[in-house]
Amino acid sequence: MASPTLALKRNMAAAQDYYILAAKSVVNVFRRPRYIADAIQQADLIGVGSLPIVVLTGMFTGMVLSLQSANTLSRFGQLPVIGQLVSLSMIRELGPVLTSLMVAGRNASGMASELGSMKVTEQIDAMRALGTDPSKKLVTPRVMATTFMLFFLTIISDLVGLIGGYLIAFMVLGMDSLQYWNSAYQALSFDDVFMGLIKPVFFGFIISTVGCYYGLSTTGGTQGVGRSTTQAVVAASILILVVNVFITKILLGSIR
Amino acid sequence: MDIPENLLTDTVHKAIIFEDVAISFEGNQVLNGISFELKRGETKILLGIAGAGKSTILKLCLGLIRPDRGHIYVLGHDVTAMTEEQLFDLRSKIGIVFQESALFDSLTVRDNVAFRLLEEKLPEQEIDQRVREALRFVELERTFNMFPSELSGGMRRRVGIARAIITQPEILLYDSPTGGLDPITSTTIIELIMKQRDVNKSTSLLVSHRLQDGFMLATHYYDAQTNHMQAIEGHIARDLHTTFLILKDGKVIFDATVAELGKVTDPYIREFLYLEPVS
Repeated sequence: MASPTLALKRNMAAAQDYYILAAKSVVNVFRRPRYIADAIQQADLIGVGSLPIVVLTGMFTGMVLSLQSANTLSRFGQLPVIGQLVSLSMIRELGPVLTSLMVAGRNASGMASELGSMKVTEQIDAMRALGTDPSKKLVTPRVMATTFMLFFLTIISDLVGLIGGYLIAFMVLGMDSLQYWNSAYQALSFDDVFMGLIKPVFFGFIISTVGCYYGLSTTGGTQGVGRSTTQAVVAASILILVVNVFITKILLGSIR
Repeated sequence: MDIPENLLTDTVHKAIIFEDVAISFEGNQVLNGISFELKRGETKILLGIAGAGKSTILKLCLGLIRPDRGHIYVLGHDVTAMTEEQLFDLRSKIGIVFQESALFDSLTVRDNVAFRLLEEKLPEQEIDQRVREALRFVELERTFNMFPSELSGGMRRRVGIARAIITQPEILLYDSPTGGLDPITSTTIIELIMKQRDVNKSTSLLVSHRLQDGFMLATHYYDAQTNHMQAIEGHIARDLHTTFLILKDGKVIFDATVAELGKVTDPYIREFLYLEPVS
């Protein structure tokens, strides 16, 4: 078993490596060569590929939110504000966070396993030996694609969540359509929308950099690939939840 | 890339120079102050037991890993003092064939072999033509549109050679090119390396576990007329510029020609080469 000092040193070195990878992925956007075709291909894989799970997550979250809220609101005779509650919850918190967690589960693991397999079969070394920078060719396109696509996936999730909430409000609770949508729309301010849409930009960056970091630091053959995949999902999910608290605090602080 | 001035070492006639190079992994000293030189046009065969640091030497040449101490000069550049960005430029002059081929499994054979040319954004027609030439050299033109998963181990190794030679690099590095292959396929691979050495006069560093590969390279030449290798008849009248380097415990214990290898008295080397002990 490693000594506490050695373990601390290893963790510090890992944090430093992650920081360097993340910083390079941003700097590479402004340096040649740029791999636009790779970024578009990744956007298709990450964005379009994640659409079904994002739609399903948004829909059922909106529906359950509507059901749960109705249960509480009806006790106080406040059922008409259900649209307001669903829209604020979905757009400010649940939309960005749940979409990011679903995309992290699907894509951070995908990136870690793909790059991890390339690492253990010496394909990453081969790429470097052939004169190509893996951080430019593999990391930056994934970071660009995830950050860009998560923004739009969150918008879709928010919208589908509102529709899910509406379906319950209209079909189960017997609410008027206009009342629901009016309440949902009127409740929103620019700050709510801004908060809901700035979060996926950070979360997308976290998902892709964490997935790529664990993939590129894989050691130990196929077993190592499995380990990296699990670690990438766990680390990305935890980081998303932690960073969410900080962003919310900062934005609420600046709003109030 | 020009050769830098003010170098104390002769980097004009020597493609690779190792000076007192040491490296360890997690406390395990793999190389402990090794020094050797690879002249331009020379083929050096690296021998040693598993874990002796043979593949590490190849990775050090490319700057894929950094030594703990010492200097490595490749084509006049001290790779130990270069940044990763500068190394990408130098690596374009070096070709490497990896132990397990390391072909990109999501790309076709064409795109694998053309990887460097695609990065340089050459016209598609020129790329196709050069890929076909390289594949013809390794006699695998029919695999043009296939994926690596559709190829046998020997074919993958040959595609790896095609990928390494497509830009006619100044140095070729082979990491156990016959490892895990049957004897007939191994002979095919060695014949290709010999062809590259004798037809294109390349400078090579070859890591091998198989002694017979080294001896075959040192005692045969490629006959361009018959398209096959031929044994050198009688004594070594033809200089094949092929030498041997043997590693033991992180040190170089032998670095000379095959003729001198036969005369060696060191008991370890004699045992390693399956020679009778000197009485």
